[in-house]
This record gives sequence, C-alpha cells and structure tokens, in this order.
Amino acid sequence: MAVQVRGEVLDIRRVGAYQVLSLTAPGIADIARPGHFVTLGIGGEESSMLLRRAFAIHQVQSRGVYGGTLDIVIGVHGKGTRWLADRRRHDAIDIVGPLGRPFILPKERVPCVLVGGGYGSAPLFMLAEQLRERGCRVDVVVGAATEEKLFGVLELKRLASTLTITTDDGSLGERGRVTDVLPELMDRVDAAVVYACGPMPMLQRVAEVAEERQAYSQCAVEEAMACGIGVCMTCVLPVVGEDGVTRMLRSCVEGPVFRGDRVRWNDVGTIPTDTLGAPVEGGH
Amino acid sequence: MSRAVISQGPLPGDEPVVQIDMSTDLAGIELPSPVMTASGCAAAGRELDQFFDITTIGAIVTKSVMLQPRSGRATPRMAETPSGMLNSIGLQGPGIDRFIEHDLAWLSERGARTIVSIAGGSVDEYAKLAARLRIARGVSAIEVNISCPNVEDRGQVFACDPNSAASVIQAVKRHSEPRMPIFAKLSPDVTDIVSIAGAVVRAGASGVSVINTLLGMVINPDTMRPHLAGVTGGLSGPAIRPVAVRCVWQIRQAFPDLPIIGMGGIRSGMDALEFILAGANALSVGTAVFHDPSAPVRIHAELQRALVDRGFSSLSEAISYAHRPKDAIPEVDDELDFISE
Repeated sequence: MAVQVRGEVLDIRRVGAYQVLSLTAPGIADIARPGHFVTLGIGGEESSMLLRRAFAIHQVQSRGVYGGTLDIVIGVHGKGTRWLADRRRHDAIDIVGPLGRPFILPKERVPCVLVGGGYGSAPLFMLAEQLRERGCRVDVVVGAATEEKLFGVLELKRLASTLTITTDDGSLGERGRVTDVLPELMDRVDAAVVYACGPMPMLQRVAEVAEERQAYSQCAVEEAMACGIGVCMTCVLPVVGEDGVTRMLRSCVEGPVFRGDRVRWNDVGTIPTDTLGAPVEGGH
Repeated sequence: MSRAVISQGPLPGDEPVVQIDMSTDLAGIELPSPVMTASGCAAAGRELDQFFDITTIGAIVTKSVMLQPRSGRATPRMAETPSGMLNSIGLQGPGIDRFIEHDLAWLSERGARTIVSIAGGSVDEYAKLAARLRIARGVSAIEVNISCPNVEDRGQVFACDPNSAASVIQAVKRHSEPRMPIFAKLSPDVTDIVSIAGAVVRAGASGVSVINTLLGMVINPDTMRPHLAGVTGGLSGPAIRPVAVRCVWQIRQAFPDLPIIGMGGIRSGMDALEFILAGANALSVGTAVFHDPSAPVRIHAELQRALVDRGFSSLSEAISYAHRPKDAIPEVDDELDFISE
C-alpha cells in the first residue's frame, strides 16, 4: 500500500559519481522492503517537469526522531535529477511509496548471489542484510564502467561473504563485466538464487547464467516511467505469464522485480507478435 | 483499504473554508463534484484509491477500452516536454469483456460513479462496445473516444471528420440504453471544433468532452531519431491548457445548453476555475495525476476556495460566467473587487 507524503531533506552527500539523498518519509520507511522504490515530485508545485522520478530505496531507518527516513541514490542524467542533486537540508520533497513488487526472499537458507551494475547496487544493501538474517550465504558482485561509478563498495564488503568487483576499464577489481565473473562465482558457492539490479543487457545475461544453472533469478528493471503507480502504461515490457501467454506488463506495479526467466529480454522495446492483443496485419 | 494522503497543496481543512454547493448536473447525472479523472490517466480507479477516496470525486473516467485485448505500442511510449508530456500508449487494455468483469465490477462494488470510455477501429466496433455496456451494471455515462491520436491510420481519427464522428455517435446511441448519457470526446487537431461538436450533437450525443491530446513529436538529440517508438504521440499537460480553454469557450458560445466536460492541463483549482468560467459543466484531471496522485481531491478543494473567494454561492453559478455580457449587472452582490484587479 503506497502513500503520498511530504518529506524533508535530512542530508545530501556525494558518493563517487552519485549523490545519496536522505529524506524523512513517515509511513513509507517503516513498511519498505528490498526492491521497493519511491517516486519524487520534481521542481515543486509549479514545476514544468511533470513526471515524477523513480528511485530504488537504498536504506531505511524506521525508528528515531524523524519517524522513518530513507536513502536513495541519484545519478545525475538530466534536468530532473540535477534539481534533486541541488536540494539542501530542510527542503521539502513530495514522495510516493513504497511502490512496486519487492525481491522475493527464499524460505530456506540457500546461497544467494547479488549482482549490481553501477548504482544498481543501491537496493542490494537491504537485501543482503535481510538474506543474512535468514541465514543465507550472500556473495556480491558489483561492476561499473569506472571505479567512480561503483557504488557502496566498502559497505558491501562488510555485508557479503565475498565481494567481487569489475570495471570496464580495470580501474578497480577485475577488468570486464559483472557477468564475466558471475558463472564461476555461482558454481563455486552453488547459488540457488541470483538477485540483480542494473542495465537491461546485464539483467538479460544474469537471467541466462541463472537459467543455465537452474537457479532462480530476480531482476529489478529500470524502465522509463511517468506515474510509477500503474495508471499511465508507459513502463511496459513483454513478460511471459504462468499460462505461457506474453503480456505487456507494467514495471511499476507488476515489477520492478521480475523473474529473469519470464522476461523476454530480446524483445524489450517491441511488441512481440504473439503478445496478447498484439497488432494484426492491417490493424493498429 | 486504508489510505494516507499528505498533499503537497493546501489541504481541505488547513483553514476553515465556507462550503458551497459543488454539485453539477451532467446530462441528467448528478455529480457531487465537477472534478473527475481523465480517460487514460486513472486506469480503472483502483490504483488511485490508495491515495484518495475515489467515491468522493465526481466520477472515474476509465481508460478507453476496445472490443478485444490490446497490447498497445512499443516503448518508448513517453517523453517529458515543457509543462507537459507526449504519450504513445496505443490503447493498451484488457478488452471489453474482461473490463466489465474485472474493472467495472470493482468500481461498482466500490461505489464509484463511472464514466466508461470506449474506443474502436470501426463504426461497427463502437456499436458492439455500446451493446456490451448496455447489459453491464454500474455505468453512469459513456465517453466515446473518437479522437485518440495514437493509431497508425490518421483516417481512423473519427473526430477529424464531421461525418465519421457522427456515424460513430449514431451507432453508439442506437445500441445504448436510451437514457444513457453519451459524450463524444473531441480532438483539438481540427480547423473548426464547433462544426464537429455540431455534428455529434445532431447525431445524438448528450454532450462533448474537450479536449483529447494534440498530436506532437519529439526528436531524441542523442539517437537523432524520433524519441517515441510510435514516432508521434499525444501532447497533454498544462502546456495545452489555453488550447483546451479556447475549445470549451467556442463550443459553449455555439451551444449555450450543451453539457461539456472540460479537460486539458488542469493542475490546480485556478486552472479548473478557468474551464468552469469558460463553460465546462464538469472537469477531467489527467496528466496532473502523474505528478500528484491526489490531484483530483486537491483540485476540488482549491476550486471550492476559488469560487468562495469570488463570491459564488454554488458551482453552477460560475459555469459559463466568462460569457456574460460586458455590461452585465453582476449577479453576485458582495465584493467584486477582483474584477477591477
């Protein structure tokens, strides 16, 4: 159940190439689970930027004087994220959350591998903590183009049994992609579940690697959204249901976490011809 | 369902507000508030019910439903534009049967007034949709979307041609329950919207919904290609508001008694007031919901305050008030200072 609250900026700090924004979010922080996200209104009430920006919840503190606070990680890509990065302590921000379907946690104490691309590692911190509380072994792989674009390496080292780092340019850890090191790691720890958050090509490869090993994959996608609450239908991608039928599902309410083997990764950005309600010849 | 809303705008109850009669009559249906959702911006109400009690607003106008399930267009389907957005959804939806069974049943159970928006690829499809709705429970009115810009064939935009528009409305009228109010949703992308309004009224429409989105386009400077997978899309949001107000005004001038649902970039009570003064009997709030999911209730409260501040004792007094003769003796007698401001 999502709520809309007026949050207040408690702190904003630079971490590598990113900004970490701490906000009061009473009613959201207390019920947020790993993989949930929030949307933030941009530019105030008279803003010319109408669309809310979506962010994975990085950390929550559900108690304390502020009655629940949460952290999000911002990568500045455009005017909206620039506006957010320019917020200062005590500024008000309209927050809606917690949104989406979170990561599903295993019932048994199985080994889990967590994979983060760039600041896609943000939602993996809470996840790692909760998996460990359940007695699961947690190994983490994070990767980015450069060292600066990695997020939270030190903290993840503390949370994980092992942390593997990759960078495209070799500036930290192994040169290459997270998915280069993933197969060997999964084999070594006999992983039953792999959790991933990052760019689509990374998620696709993670899902493939998991499937090859008959492991589950839980992939948090990042799709462009307008509303974040399930009413605008812009953030859809083709997903196969339990009935074998492909539907265009909303990543905001039916995701952002999908089973990797259900998403038709090669067809993202298209309407596969066998999708329910797909255009027919001469139709729309 | 529990809900908690802390709106970013002034909350009803921030300070004591004089309550006035905000009800409106829409072609025979009595609504407690003129503020409704806009088709395509509220799905079928369920998601917004988390943020406010959907039974308190005028009505939920559901996303245009077609006869069959429909996947919609490929992504990207959306682009943010200055004070607006471009969308190219392509009428993704479950089809009328599942809609009636799943969505309409829920709305009816929930006690929400529901205006069902329908869209078809042919006159016959509209007729079949109307026939299906005739035997469904919980329909307050039908909004006939003859103006969705997101179809491959612009010739299918019935609202761009008076004869096509009239054929669709005639078919819907013929297959609907005789007293069912029928609103034709019109496109602003025409030379003379008044003539289209005239055509649908003669064909039996109870009223008109104005306006649908404007056809627009964005080029992505990185890919140097059209940003939307569907190439063109519908422009909505505050950017189009003056166009919408103009359309309401022109239709009201031509048809003094025609029920009009006004929409297009309504984001605040003051925006809503413009539409009311221009002649709208009710309002749909669309894109603003993406920015603020509790916008409909906030706008209702802000509109009420704006009306009280201007000395109106009911909403209905303010409808079409901008059309009064220049030398008209004001009907509201206390404090009209705002006129000289």
